[in-house]
Amino acid sequence: MSFVKGLKCKECGEEYPKEPLHVCETCFGPLEAAYNYDEIKKVLTRDAIEKRDRNIWRYRELLPIDADPAVGRSVGYTPLIKADNLARTLGVKEIYVKNDGVCYPTLSFKDRVVSVALSKAKEFGFETAACASTGNLANAVAALSIEGGLESFIFIPYNLEQAKIIGTTVYGANLVGVKGAYDDVNRLCSEVAGKYGWGFVNINLRPYYSEGSKSLAFEMMEQLGWQAPKHVVVPMASGSLLTKVWKAIKEFELLGIIPENGTKIYGAQATGCSPITTALKNNWEIFKPVKPDTIAKSLAIGTPADGFYAMSVMKESGGWGEDASDAEIVAGIKLLAETEGIFTETAGGVTMAVTKKLIEHGALPKDETIVICITGNGLKTQEAIADSVARPYIIEAQLDEFEELYSKIKNQEEKGGTQDALSSHTNPA
Amino acid sequence: MPSVRIPTPLRKLTADKDEVSISAANVNELIESLESQFPGIKNRLCDESGNLRRFINLYVNNEDIRFLDGKETALKEEDVVSIIPAIAGGRA
Repeated sequence: MSFVKGLKCKECGEEYPKEPLHVCETCFGPLEAAYNYDEIKKVLTRDAIEKRDRNIWRYRELLPIDADPAVGRSVGYTPLIKADNLARTLGVKEIYVKNDGVCYPTLSFKDRVVSVALSKAKEFGFETAACASTGNLANAVAALSIEGGLESFIFIPYNLEQAKIIGTTVYGANLVGVKGAYDDVNRLCSEVAGKYGWGFVNINLRPYYSEGSKSLAFEMMEQLGWQAPKHVVVPMASGSLLTKVWKAIKEFELLGIIPENGTKIYGAQATGCSPITTALKNNWEIFKPVKPDTIAKSLAIGTPADGFYAMSVMKESGGWGEDASDAEIVAGIKLLAETEGIFTETAGGVTMAVTKKLIEHGALPKDETIVICITGNGLKTQEAIADSVARPYIIEAQLDEFEELYSKIKNQEEKGGTQDALSSHTNPA
Repeated sequence: MPSVRIPTPLRKLTADKDEVSISAANVNELIESLESQFPGIKNRLCDESGNLRRFINLYVNNEDIRFLDGKETALKEEDVVSIIPAIAGGRA
């Protein structure tokens, strides 16, 4: 049975049937899936969830599909890591990392949203899946279209990281590099979507697609032992994920699955593309569109579609927002890698760096539970840090060469730590 | 007279015209004049209190009026006003 009543405008409340629609015809506001929570409450309990397979569909009553899931049947349930080394380094009591950098199958949280969007696309009878993407979404649409038996057309800014390009074309997707930034790509895609009758996951399927993000927060709460943390830090591109983390917490509270915990939500952007945090800090009601200039390309959206709502959530929940420079982003990536053994992409570096800043500023208290949402994998954005990490020592295949090197490394460690030793050698690979 | 660019979803109200010329000294007057020529258009642009709807952007030349003087923004003869829904359409 279906628990989705239909679509509803977030602005004026006008209701629409379950169709591939995303904009209100009256006020141009965004449409969102509306659920029958009374019916959901009768069936969705902790016990019911715990008996199901460990993937996003264990919360399926709160995801906007009507038929059985057709795409992404094994997606989700990524680890929530209790990050004790990181906690010590940051001087906080308890911090967890929700690591979607190991999401199946394409190593980012976009696998969640695309699974929902393409399952819905199959219900609607679309034969072609499409998207405008900064990279991770491209990978997810390309890979999951295979499972769904869909053709795919994917539009990206032409200057994306190599790994995100190869990680799209390898699946046989039609990949179109557009000369421009993401916002130009998105504008073109709106015109294409109007003309070609495809299922664009982040345009006409957006009300379904964006709901998939909630699964990250559902898992987070279940993995914390059926409770919400006091504080959650979320990266922001369009701002959609942040609003859905909030919605997921509110839904679990409403259904009585978790007790209310007064969770505060914090948003993270790159300083080179920070329309949302800039508006928040200046107390503007609106955004000044920006031309992105940051290594965090997966967050480089200059006109954030859900920016207003993301800002509302940060304010309403009592959280805050902050942004991080390119140098801080690289330092954030290295911090997470060196303390927890987690290699995240630039977006994760943004989240890590912003978390550190918020703690230093006192916006995040040191004695309450913090969860940071790491949404992508570092192997995809290696270019961004290639010049900032050590290169291997090169030696001949002779034991004495190694022994000489080893004593040099040990000497350096005693003098100034491993980092100095690693950065001091002169034999780059 | 300032000219106004009409986006596709509003052309039903303007007899399919994509650009119209409107005599107005500021954005407020422009919206009122548009309404008298094309009844119903104001309700699409403004909410019940008369404020510009959040997901409608109005640009005078290339600047969002929210970063100028809002609806008080003055208009000159040669100005081009663009009405742009914040979320691009694409009904498929």
